[in-house]
Amino acid sequence: MRRFLNHFKSKTIHRSSWNSCTNESHPHHPIATLLSLRSFSSTTTAQNPIQDSNHNQAIDFPGGTIKFIPEMRFLSESLEERIPCYRVLDDNGQLISGNNFVQVSEEVAVKMYTDMVTLRTMDTIFYEAQRQGRISFYVTTIGEEAINVASAAALSMDDVVFPQYREAGVLLWRGFTLQEFANQCFSNKYDNGKGRQMPAHYGSNKHNYLTVASTIATQISHAVGAAYSLKMDKKDACSVTFFGDGGSSEGDFHAALNFAAVTEAPVIFICRNNGWAISTPISDQFRSDGVVVKGQAYGVRSIRVDGNDALAIYSAVQAARQMAITEGRPILIEALTYRVGHHSTSDDSTKYRPASEIEWWRMARDPVARFRKWMEGNGWWNGMAESELINGLRQQLLHTIQVAESVEKPPLADLFTDVYDVPPSNLRDQEQWLKETLEKHPQDYPENISV
Amino acid sequence: MSADPKVFLMGEEVGEYQGAYKISKGLLEKYGPERVLDTPITEAGFSGIGVGAAYYGLRPVVEFMTFNFSMQAIDHIINSAAKSNYMSAGQISVPIVFRGPNGAAAGVGAQHSQCYASWYASCPGLKVLSPYSSEDARGLLKAAIRDPDPVVFLENELLYGESFPVSAEVLDSSFCLPIGKAKIEREGKDVTITAFSKMVGYALKAADTLAKEGISAEVINLRSIRPLDRSTINASVRKTNRLVTVEEGFPQHGVGAEICTSVIEESFGYLDAPVERIAGADVPMPYAANLERMAVPQVEDIIRAAKRACHRSVPVAAAA
Repeated sequence: MRRFLNHFKSKTIHRSSWNSCTNESHPHHPIATLLSLRSFSSTTTAQNPIQDSNHNQAIDFPGGTIKFIPEMRFLSESLEERIPCYRVLDDNGQLISGNNFVQVSEEVAVKMYTDMVTLRTMDTIFYEAQRQGRISFYVTTIGEEAINVASAAALSMDDVVFPQYREAGVLLWRGFTLQEFANQCFSNKYDNGKGRQMPAHYGSNKHNYLTVASTIATQISHAVGAAYSLKMDKKDACSVTFFGDGGSSEGDFHAALNFAAVTEAPVIFICRNNGWAISTPISDQFRSDGVVVKGQAYGVRSIRVDGNDALAIYSAVQAARQMAITEGRPILIEALTYRVGHHSTSDDSTKYRPASEIEWWRMARDPVARFRKWMEGNGWWNGMAESELINGLRQQLLHTIQVAESVEKPPLADLFTDVYDVPPSNLRDQEQWLKETLEKHPQDYPENISV
Repeated sequence: MSADPKVFLMGEEVGEYQGAYKISKGLLEKYGPERVLDTPITEAGFSGIGVGAAYYGLRPVVEFMTFNFSMQAIDHIINSAAKSNYMSAGQISVPIVFRGPNGAAAGVGAQHSQCYASWYASCPGLKVLSPYSSEDARGLLKAAIRDPDPVVFLENELLYGESFPVSAEVLDSSFCLPIGKAKIEREGKDVTITAFSKMVGYALKAADTLAKEGISAEVINLRSIRPLDRSTINASVRKTNRLVTVEEGFPQHGVGAEICTSVIEESFGYLDAPVERIAGADVPMPYAANLERMAVPQVEDIIRAAKRACHRSVPVAAAA
């Protein structure tokens, strides 16, 4: 309705009617016209109102002129050709000729590669820790390292990130330390989330990375709200949200795209289309040509990118950021990739998809190996650097786990704080009663609770 | 809105149309379309956008055309707004107000007539306010907007058309009310009647009639459903020794049930009679006027309950 109403706000009033472009006069009182919906006073094309003689050929309708045609033509449910996918590097890490991409410096490229390897190593070790029963849950990013790290590299620290739960690489890029990751997963007293979230549900204000929400897709509309806030403050920043192919089926995805278009919010929607929502393949998720085509329906500029090509992701996100901020518009990026790991530690994906499929993506389409080949071709990386990095990381990560495990758990006070800005009396009473009970009956309570 | 540029209003028809009930009259003209936002018809959409804006520094006031429609957005109200401060260990505060008419109006059927007070009041992280008079509406709404926590603000459609006398103090631009404090609308010594929103008016009418029959009723306007002003309620019951709770919502797990528990926990020894609970009928709201009247509390129901509590026995069957 806002669009229609905006037309009425326009100073230039052109007369055109719903059915045809005659000069029939209508009242222009907003409410009267809103209720009758009979005329649109001004549209984007109304600078050149259609003449009466043409009124059988076209209708002037909000959003532009629409031609009349004699054929009864239904829109096809799909395009003849699927939307192509932008890539910069081929499977062997060679630059594809004729490409346009944003050049990455050696320094940035080395950090990108190092972070991708760090992310994968951390995932491997934390996953093993969960299998050993040391933490309750974990979720890996294996196979999607390029989307994580390259998008983070293309953004500015001022851009606000609304993650799902498979984007730890963004936080890593922004400087969250391995010990901080471990402290969160082991929910010790140094966890900056005070032990309140499941493992791998990180969040850090300092890094402009909002706390992970387990509810699928709610972060997408939150990102639009934050983008609106950035726009009102005229900040040189955008908000960025990540979600999966499954998340695009939630109502929040659709509401968020529509609202972002209507409010002209500087937000980048990054869909990691990794083929699987737990055990649901995308053929059971939607019948459209993926997610990218949905942008156009909402008036959102969109691109499909090879999610396993770090350079393509880097270039696309940087271009999207530029457009989002300078033009005040949302951008949708669909990154095609594959979830090489299981959904989480709660499932065994070989039960619902062929091991050969996983193996093919793991070996032939590995985003980390592809980027490494490009780095090596530039003379920026070699086997020695690789083994040094891997060995150092393993030792460092095993150490962080040992430290995180040995640190005591959050104190009892952390159970009660932050429900409200200031605890109400009933909460203060509860805390007091609990403390008194603990003091009275220490033998009945575990020793690892510090008051 | 004039005190803080971060406050903005969003919802369906709040701008050009000035609100479905004209609550936002004049605001678009005064504050412009950036701060008075007409949204597409997606409750989950604008609630989510509001929560995101609150995460990142703004103070949104989100209007639901009726709180019944907030059910489409309840995930954002509970899972996002109410829990984020806790889940983020205090890193993300959510200063947002969800407001709109709640409870029964007249002749609008089941999907426009439900009271959500006890739903939202059962959720830690939220504050739930429900004004009765003009004084309440002004003082509580300002408190809600200034509060750093998410607030659910339950108005009443029928009260929109009702006028109340207001003092000069209330009209003063600095006027604001504290959250979590009930108001004793009328002092009494024989029976305590708790109510909120439109039912406060009914309770006051009942108290007038009871006074003529020699029963002095104390009427408590709860104002805040969460936090609940347990001390004011209990102090009153310790004085009157009798309690009638009144609400328009469903009886099971209702606001009255919570008040009853609080009194039994803290003031059981003071009670001279069983607590009487007046609530809406345990059915979705029927449309037909005669049935609708039977489904919501009436002044007579409150009078009868108060008399029962005061041992002036009126059999329940006589209610019909």
